[in-house]
Amino acid sequence: MIIDLPSSNTSAVNRKLVELRESGGVFALGRVLTLVVVTDDGPDLERAIDAANAASREHPCRVIVLARGQRRASPRLDAQIRVGGDAGASEVVVLRGYGALAAEDAGAGMVMPLLLPDAPVVAWWPGEAPAKPSEDAVGRLAQRRITDALSSKNPTKAFEQRRRDYAPGDTDLTWTRLTHWRAQLAAALDMPPYEEIGSAVVAGEPVSPSTELVAGWLASALGVKVKRSPSEHANGLSLVRLVRPSGSVELARPDGKTARLTQPGQPERLVALARREVSDCLAEELRRLDPDEVYEEALAGVSQVTRGRTPVKV
Amino acid sequence: MPTANGGRTNPLRDPRDKRLPRIAGPCGLVIFGVTGDLSRKKLMPAIYDLANRGLLPPGFALTGFARRDWATEDFGQVVYDAVREHARTPFRQEVWDRLAEGLRFVQGSFDDDAAFDELERTVRELDEVRGTGGNHAFYLSIPPSAFPVVCKQLARSGLSGSYEDTWRRVVIEKPFGHDLESAKELNAIVNEVFPEDSVFRIDHYLGKETVQNVLALRFANQLFEPIWNANYVDHVQITMAEDIGLGGRAGYYDGIGAARDVIQNHLLQLLAFTAMEEPTSFSSDELRAEKTKVLKAVKLAQPLDETTARGQYEGGWQGGEEVPGLKEEEGFNPESTTETFAAITCEVENRRWAGVPFYLRTGKRLGRRVTEIAVIFKRAPHLPFDATMTEELGQNAMVIRVQPDEGATIRFGSKVPGNQMEVRDVTMDFGYGNAFTESSPEAYERLILDVLLGEPSLFPVNEEVERSWEILDPVLEHWASLPQGPDGYPAGSWGPDSSAEMLARTGRQWRRP
Repeated sequence: MIIDLPSSNTSAVNRKLVELRESGGVFALGRVLTLVVVTDDGPDLERAIDAANAASREHPCRVIVLARGQRRASPRLDAQIRVGGDAGASEVVVLRGYGALAAEDAGAGMVMPLLLPDAPVVAWWPGEAPAKPSEDAVGRLAQRRITDALSSKNPTKAFEQRRRDYAPGDTDLTWTRLTHWRAQLAAALDMPPYEEIGSAVVAGEPVSPSTELVAGWLASALGVKVKRSPSEHANGLSLVRLVRPSGSVELARPDGKTARLTQPGQPERLVALARREVSDCLAEELRRLDPDEVYEEALAGVSQVTRGRTPVKV
Repeated sequence: MPTANGGRTNPLRDPRDKRLPRIAGPCGLVIFGVTGDLSRKKLMPAIYDLANRGLLPPGFALTGFARRDWATEDFGQVVYDAVREHARTPFRQEVWDRLAEGLRFVQGSFDDDAAFDELERTVRELDEVRGTGGNHAFYLSIPPSAFPVVCKQLARSGLSGSYEDTWRRVVIEKPFGHDLESAKELNAIVNEVFPEDSVFRIDHYLGKETVQNVLALRFANQLFEPIWNANYVDHVQITMAEDIGLGGRAGYYDGIGAARDVIQNHLLQLLAFTAMEEPTSFSSDELRAEKTKVLKAVKLAQPLDETTARGQYEGGWQGGEEVPGLKEEEGFNPESTTETFAAITCEVENRRWAGVPFYLRTGKRLGRRVTEIAVIFKRAPHLPFDATMTEELGQNAMVIRVQPDEGATIRFGSKVPGNQMEVRDVTMDFGYGNAFTESSPEAYERLILDVLLGEPSLFPVNEEVERSWEILDPVLEHWASLPQGPDGYPAGSWGPDSSAEMLARTGRQWRRP
């Protein structure tokens, strides 16, 4: 069910939500958190809502979408409530603010009355994120702030900003996309021979925040020299090699879908390792709401990474 | 969890890094009875779902063993169909391709030495080609009568033997025997070939999120544990009801009955989770120690004539459909005294539960399909209301709905709106339900992964199984000694009258779930 409330305000939206709950009762499920999605009004909006709805199947939540409309317009708020089949396991409130209401502070003011009591608040910027999410008006309302450097117009710059302005509670989908890679690498080291890692090589596209971050993670976790090199493939991260005296552990993904795991004394193995969907990443992010120290250390580790010029053959 | 590999810590595993899943080490799974329903509907989809979630090791191998005259390609097709039809997560070609590379099929019967030698060769070859590293689990999805011969064959062909740094594990499904003696026998047969720490007994209820959540609700909250004892609890009802009849399973069921099929394993396990003391940690040893301890304190309430009930469903109209009675089911013995409904009363003899009866019931062709644990509290000792005001007030209850519609309900009194003081029961619902379950892993996914990881906490041990039979055996013997068979009950009802009388004797009644 989709209910449009044109030229509205948040108390009207709140009234309508209560009314819907009382009359329908269908969505009186336990909601575990409020997810605030901050984006520009446009084609990306529905994609973000779809991802949030998919994630809500694991984490029933109230989704508040702040869609910033035209700034050079007279101030107006168009609200829309979606419940039932149109909203996955969530209830979605879309707030389209125009004019002064498209500004950050006004946005936070509109979100505030709609937050679920007591439940944690998560802010997500599917596109461009503010420079310092933790000091942003909406970001300040949230325990956890999810950004996505890769979807920014300039991923490298966005990633630099994440590194510089990290605050506890920040996270970036760059990090989430690495979970499967990291799990495979960690699992490889669960097996003998249990040797010290001497150094590591990471290769990927020249512009690839994930490649930088996995290098940073290895540098901080292993405390060894990590070299980040370009690769000839254009699919983000394409190679991680952990160098040990008896031979290297190598995880290489030339085609962006299937990776090859090579370990000395063992047959070469293939692993499905496609880039993860945004909804999948978002569901993982919502699983934990405390500050992610390991991410913080990985960000800090990036500065210890050395850079190679010659492309690595994968 | 920092994984200690013989004292060494993996530098890439940080205890604070809660994102990092544990992936099983290199290994393979061999399924016996791969043509069965369970294998197609549950095991194969669960394996695909695990692969899709990136939790299976690269190079994972799945070998099927059955009498069917199949080539590996035919087996592949069967797995493919099962995955397409039953898997929980979306189908992804690249995941399937990797899984398909590791499929093997060995044809043969259980008494065929050559077939097991072939299986041994296949497994050895997988170690070389796929790098399964000598680690293999054997899933016996076969009737227990075939266990001895399969175990013997596994030992003879050298499949059951593990070397240093490798493991061999065996997974078995219920029934774990049909009484204490046969359970011991079965355990002896299995333990002769596999040491107890490599035996994984699947009770799929324990893989369910809601059952694990019982522990979270009880021990992570300050709200429930203080009243979780005989001072406040009047009694506990644990119900597992099915709305279906026996249908095609009639042959298997005759002579087994509801008590052996469900109470001995699922319900006594649920009782253990509900009644156990707080473990000092969630390690499998601690958990099992507490479960075993509480099971040891469980006694049947006497006399059994008055504290147990059994029934057999009769034909009739159920939910708009005409259904046959048990004795009219195709291929069923019309003289059978096998019960399809069983209810027993247990007492937990410790300080916490002194005097609190635990009523367990299960049955087929009951009102609806539901499994729940209901903790019913005592009435408030003194009410500042007169009797008419609280006429409609029942006892407070906390209900943990295991399936379907997973969640928890609390029942308490509230004022009926109006200018009179009138108190009536209302419910407060925690709808963990339909939202979470869709994306939360199936019980079999969790359990298969735990087998591959060698994580035993969700699997009942030998001792628990034998203790459960010890509890139940007197009831079975008592029922067998009675001249009259089970009481009839109409399909779609909540069991025979004798079950209602069993509670009525102490002034209680069954909840309608």
